[in-house]
Amino acid sequence: MSEVAILAYGAGNVASVQFALERLGATVRLTADPAAVADAERLILPGVGAAGYAMSRLRDLSLIEPIRAFPRPLLGVCLGQQLLFETSDEGGSVDLLGLIPGQVRPLTPGRGLPVPHMGWSRLSRLRDDPLLDGVEDGAWAYFVHGFVCPDGPATLARADYGGPVPAVVRAGNRWGCQFHPERSAAAGARILNNFLELPA
Amino acid sequence: MTARRIIPCLDVKDGRVVKGVRFHGHTDMGDAAELAARYRDQGADELVFYDITASPEGRTLDYGWVRDIARLLDIPFSVAGGIRSVDQAARCLDHGADKVSINSPALERPELIGEMAQRLGGQCVVVGVDSKRAGDDWFVHQYTGDPEASRGAGRRTLDWIVEAQTLGAGEIVLNCMDEDGVRRGYDIPQLAAARACLTVPLVASGGAGAPVHFLDVFEQADVSGALAASVFHTGTLAIPDLKAFLSDAGQEIRL
Repeated sequence: MSEVAILAYGAGNVASVQFALERLGATVRLTADPAAVADAERLILPGVGAAGYAMSRLRDLSLIEPIRAFPRPLLGVCLGQQLLFETSDEGGSVDLLGLIPGQVRPLTPGRGLPVPHMGWSRLSRLRDDPLLDGVEDGAWAYFVHGFVCPDGPATLARADYGGPVPAVVRAGNRWGCQFHPERSAAAGARILNNFLELPA
Repeated sequence: MTARRIIPCLDVKDGRVVKGVRFHGHTDMGDAAELAARYRDQGADELVFYDITASPEGRTLDYGWVRDIARLLDIPFSVAGGIRSVDQAARCLDHGADKVSINSPALERPELIGEMAQRLGGQCVVVGVDSKRAGDDWFVHQYTGDPEASRGAGRRTLDWIVEAQTLGAGEIVLNCMDEDGVRRGYDIPQLAAARACLTVPLVASGGAGAPVHFLDVFEQADVSGALAASVFHTGTLAIPDLKAFLSDAGQEIRL
């Protein structure tokens, strides 16, 4: 079965992702060691909290280059997806990993919709992708976020929250989920399973 | 858009789920993990676990138990009970909880909300508020898990929820104590007043007894989720039937 490394860098809720992968039978390793990251078969970049804090943790742990250079499947989850982009407005202006063009901005859904976007929203699929194999258009996913990634050519699936929310993105061997697949019941499990089956 | 969330609440005492009426006279409702798995399978959108004795007894909750629940669930859950420091909250998240809910400790030291939001992100900081009517206003109560310790906190509910939001809370759970456990419907006027004050999500708690109560609180108070306990634990309401009813009535519901 697949092996997967989860970056445990002190800015992510790693246990729930770990347990979800273990339910799927994967061998999971939590690590913040740059060499172990570089050697991983596949890599998950989790994240909750603020972008600036997450980036400073990655910098302090010398993880930015190993992530940027990672040649096999990489999945950013929630804030982890946002970190794939270039900059974030969260806490001023923060430089991110710069793997996908564009700027992460505050979510401003209007119409009296609460922020953060917290709860279950439907995914609308734009393109076929191995990560979304078997995930139906309209499948429900659990979101918690107050900032939103730019919508562009990297978007594979969107949610609607007073405007388009890039929910699944891809650039080459890097994927991102704005929602929490580990907390998104059947559809989330399917996505994580698809990630484990991507050729590494 | 997001689906309106149906949230079973498990009040936990010594690993067992208990439920009282208006916070008094607890009765045993079953094993916590067993109930959690059942609600997951029935389509609950989220679960809340309150260790109802932790705060009055001055202890925190059992992290191993949080991890056991996290292993079971593929839906989000929050935990509450005696969390009074950022480190304790962080440990709950490290053990797999998605959110932590603070109530009495936030009243003792409101800065705790900001400290947690700054380190952990506001999205996982829930402030629970126990509120009671007095005249034509509502006031906050604390230490409500223990009838002996329960008392007024000397704050207007609407002032407190706005302060909590300003300090960084990502969600407010408003428990309307006058309605708790009596099953005659959520406190719509109070919840609508709270919704009008807030920009973060609001979850209604206290008073659910019939499917129409959920419909009323979603339609009339525009809350993001509705929390209930005894109606689910006793089997009075089955989650699939409730969700089908709400969906047929035009609410956006995850089926």
